[in-house]
Amino acid sequence: MAAVTNHNNKPYEPLEYSTEEGSLRIFGFWLFLAADMVLFACLFATYLMYIHHTAGGPSSKELFEVKDFMIETVDLLVSSFTCGLATLEMRRGNKKATIAWLIVTLILGLVFIGFEVKEFTGMVQEGATLQTSAFLTSFFILVGTHGCHVSIGILWMLCIIAQLATRGINAQTARKVFIIGLYWHFLDVIWIFLFTAVYLTGLVL
Amino acid sequence: MENIKHFLGNFFVTGEPMIYMADVAIVLVSLGIIFVLTYFKKWKWLWKEWLTTVDAKKIGIMYIIAALLMLFRGGVDALLMRTQLALPNLHFLDSQHYNEIFTTHGTIMILFMAMPFIIGLFNIAVPLQIGARDVAFPFLNAVSFWLFFAGAMLFNLSFVIGGSPDAGWTSYTPLAGKELDPGVGENYYLLGLQIAGIGTLATGVNFFTTIIKMRAPGMSLMKMPMFTWSVLVTSVIIMFAFPVLTVALAMLTIDRLFDAHFFTVAAGGQPMQWANLFWIWGHPEVYIVILPAFGVFSEVIATFSRKKLFGYHAMVFSMVAISVLGFITWVHHFFTMGAGPGVNSFFSLSTMLIAIPTGVKVFNWLFTLNKGKIQFTTAMLWALAFIPNFLIGGLTGVMLAVAPADYQYHNSYFLISHFHYVLIGGTVFAAFAGLTYWWPKMFGHILNERLGKWAFWVFMISFNVCFLPMYLVGLLGMTRRMYTYPAGLGWTSLNLIETIGAFGMGLGFIIMVYNIYWSARYGERDTTGDPWDGRTLEWATTSPAPEYNFAHIPTIQQVDDFYYMKKEGRQKEISKAPYKPIHMPNNSGVPIIMAVFFFIGGFGLVFEWIWMGILGGIGVLACMLYRSFETHDHHYIPVDEIERTEREAGRFS
Amino acid sequence: MSNEHTQAHASEHTGFPWKHVIGLVLSLILTFAALWCVTSFAFSPALIVTVIVILAVVQAFVQLFMFMHITEGSKVWQITAIGFGAFIAFCVVAGTLWIMLFAL
Ligand code: HEM
Ligand SMILES: [Cu+2]
Repeated sequence: MAAVTNHNNKPYEPLEYSTEEGSLRIFGFWLFLAADMVLFACLFATYLMYIHHTAGGPSSKELFEVKDFMIETVDLLVSSFTCGLATLEMRRGNKKATIAWLIVTLILGLVFIGFEVKEFTGMVQEGATLQTSAFLTSFFILVGTHGCHVSIGILWMLCIIAQLATRGINAQTARKVFIIGLYWHFLDVIWIFLFTAVYLTGLVL
Repeated sequence: MENIKHFLGNFFVTGEPMIYMADVAIVLVSLGIIFVLTYFKKWKWLWKEWLTTVDAKKIGIMYIIAALLMLFRGGVDALLMRTQLALPNLHFLDSQHYNEIFTTHGTIMILFMAMPFIIGLFNIAVPLQIGARDVAFPFLNAVSFWLFFAGAMLFNLSFVIGGSPDAGWTSYTPLAGKELDPGVGENYYLLGLQIAGIGTLATGVNFFTTIIKMRAPGMSLMKMPMFTWSVLVTSVIIMFAFPVLTVALAMLTIDRLFDAHFFTVAAGGQPMQWANLFWIWGHPEVYIVILPAFGVFSEVIATFSRKKLFGYHAMVFSMVAISVLGFITWVHHFFTMGAGPGVNSFFSLSTMLIAIPTGVKVFNWLFTLNKGKIQFTTAMLWALAFIPNFLIGGLTGVMLAVAPADYQYHNSYFLISHFHYVLIGGTVFAAFAGLTYWWPKMFGHILNERLGKWAFWVFMISFNVCFLPMYLVGLLGMTRRMYTYPAGLGWTSLNLIETIGAFGMGLGFIIMVYNIYWSARYGERDTTGDPWDGRTLEWATTSPAPEYNFAHIPTIQQVDDFYYMKKEGRQKEISKAPYKPIHMPNNSGVPIIMAVFFFIGGFGLVFEWIWMGILGGIGVLACMLYRSFETHDHHYIPVDEIERTEREAGRFS
Repeated sequence: MSNEHTQAHASEHTGFPWKHVIGLVLSLILTFAALWCVTSFAFSPALIVTVIVILAVVQAFVQLFMFMHITEGSKVWQITAIGFGAFIAFCVVAGTLWIMLFAL
């Protein structure tokens, strides 16, 4: 365990950075996140371009429910918080607490996906589908791409929980917990922009 | 029965004798390869030494072999086109066939020839130049290579199964949309590029991390070799440009497979949004293939002028400036769309601005040559020829950047000539220069200089014979992508000259390939590891370099430190005993298996067999899962093995 | 290289996770503030959108600094990468809207 006993507020080296491999991968992951940001930017740009291209189909004002997307938002914000706590407990060397917070995060993630699936199926039942208009195509793909990221995150988190449970906290698992944390917070950031540019803006424009 | 016949008739491309010949050739070559491997019992060797390798040096060689094969295929496409255009009203190719051929030619040359060629050079030179043992993520590096390879194979498969894409390498909608282009050709384009593109993105992340975090002690950024600098800057462009390609391809795939409306006018989509996204990636892409070329020339010119590179800082800053500016010029590819004057003026200006840092670089090369003791080796000849040829391409580029004038030049042979001057005069010349320069490092022998010079002169002169007249024929009104033209427009003789030039380039390529064969058998062995009296660290180790690159990581004091090490006798430290065990990554079969699943999934989606796409996806996920749970992924090279290797290289006794 | 990533603080080892709680509270406040702007005011859409985008950017910073430890590791490079990514993202969105809406 890296200098867990260090109490005098001096900088210390967290376990996930303790190997060269760990610090390389964390760095590489930051780069991936920066690239992923550009990926989302393209989807955002296309969506914003098509906001009014509803081709006679339903518009954003008719489709978005304040209550639903607020629940999704708060759910995801809280999950980002719990994921942060998981990283914190990992750094304190508490395996059980780390796993517990990861599981809470994972459940919140599932709830989020549940709401999103409900939202999408509801829309499809009302006849608002991927094929209805350019607006809806870009809406479903933008929001759906974020949803895909979250789903992959959930699967990934499951793997990490399994590895933590069997191997405990070591340089390798610590790195993985830290990186999935980065990923999860990043998805929260993307969601903030979705919330703003898609849902809130949809109510205004 | 009828159904099956119908299906097979559509599945395999039929009708043209040329296609059947290709079918036969493919089957024969495959059988031949299988036979040779089995006969000489080489399967295990192939699997252990190559297919599962994570060693950047070997991955680099595989990239370059693939790139040369693709250069051949793209070159044959080019010759077919030039044959068709040699004289007016020929019927060598029909219009559909011509469309397919310029599409595959362009796509293959850019994505499956130029890209892997330069990425191959990254792999060969960068870890050595910065004194590293490998790249930051060797496993990911293998994944990148195999994804590129799977994508390239998928794309090439279209030739015999299902039919080739035919909407140009730019694949503009609505032409490339489902309504106007049913069939599987465009799906091949979309999925082949998608798979290869993901690999390239990973390469960008990998090399950026490698260069930032794994340099030898003492090598601050401003002491890096110029090629490494160019790769660093290129990696940045890759990381931020390729996600855009990923999105654009995915959107068009979704439009075609699921009847969505990103680019269909009827439901509110805008076809030009494809062009917009394509070029947001596409313009940075041209810098991705040209900046490493600049890097190669910087190394070659400095080495063979026996001088330090002139204006190191200016070189670096101009590359950084190019990388940023390169992201805000994309509209120059569709000035004629008719965006407002504000838009066209802005992008016209930003494009011209790029000419400034590029000009700075040209002057720096010239000043490096100035008063140098120039050695006219083959690599140097390519570099010297690059300067005027690239200049022609660049200056005509500035002409194209003038938005109102571009309404005249756009999509004419003037444009075709412009981008071939920069792509061939820049990237391809650099690929050949780099190949000649680093060949000893890759294989331990030197390419024959005499044959190399023949290849150079034949190729370079033919290149100008082929493409200089294209400027004229373009100004005379000949547009690109025409499959034939009438007589009497004043185009005929120019076209004939172009075709002669094209075949000359083919001859140059053949000489080059013969040179590879000849030199492998009789070429001079490189026993020193430093055949050119080089200036950078890759020349400090043996040729080829041992698996671990350097027995000790050197400490760097200045730019071109190896040159000074040699003067001061410091270079011996790198191989001096005693040694310590060296940490190395294990080989892995996962990357190639994962790429196979990508291929399967991609192939399924091409034919819109969703189940097969899902199957491939599950396979990919399974590979990732396996990898995630793997713990023993590295080993140590013991000291006695290092001693043995160094002794065999004559560096330790 | 190995000394540049020793930036985390040992205070993380004990006590109540104030930083995280503040981060959560801030994000909730910013989120509801944005919702409030949209539902309770009748300003011009342009103004409202500007305000909520600013709130979103602020919230992104909250995540980056409170939760994502962006200042650890090779922090200069990480911040540069994210910053450059944000710049390109901005160019893509603003550029696309400018070019493709044919408004100017
Ligand atoms: C042997 C050398 C080459 C010859 C003779 C050649 C010739 C041609 C010809 C005749 C065309 C089609 C013009 C038209 O009908 O519109 C073309 C297009 C093109 N070439 Fe080449 N080329 C050569 C090498 C290259 C290389 C090395 C690259 C890239 C690195 C390249 C990239 C392209 C591209 C992107 C197109 C546009 C395809 C399209 O219209 O979609 N070519 N080339
Ligand atoms: Cu361009």
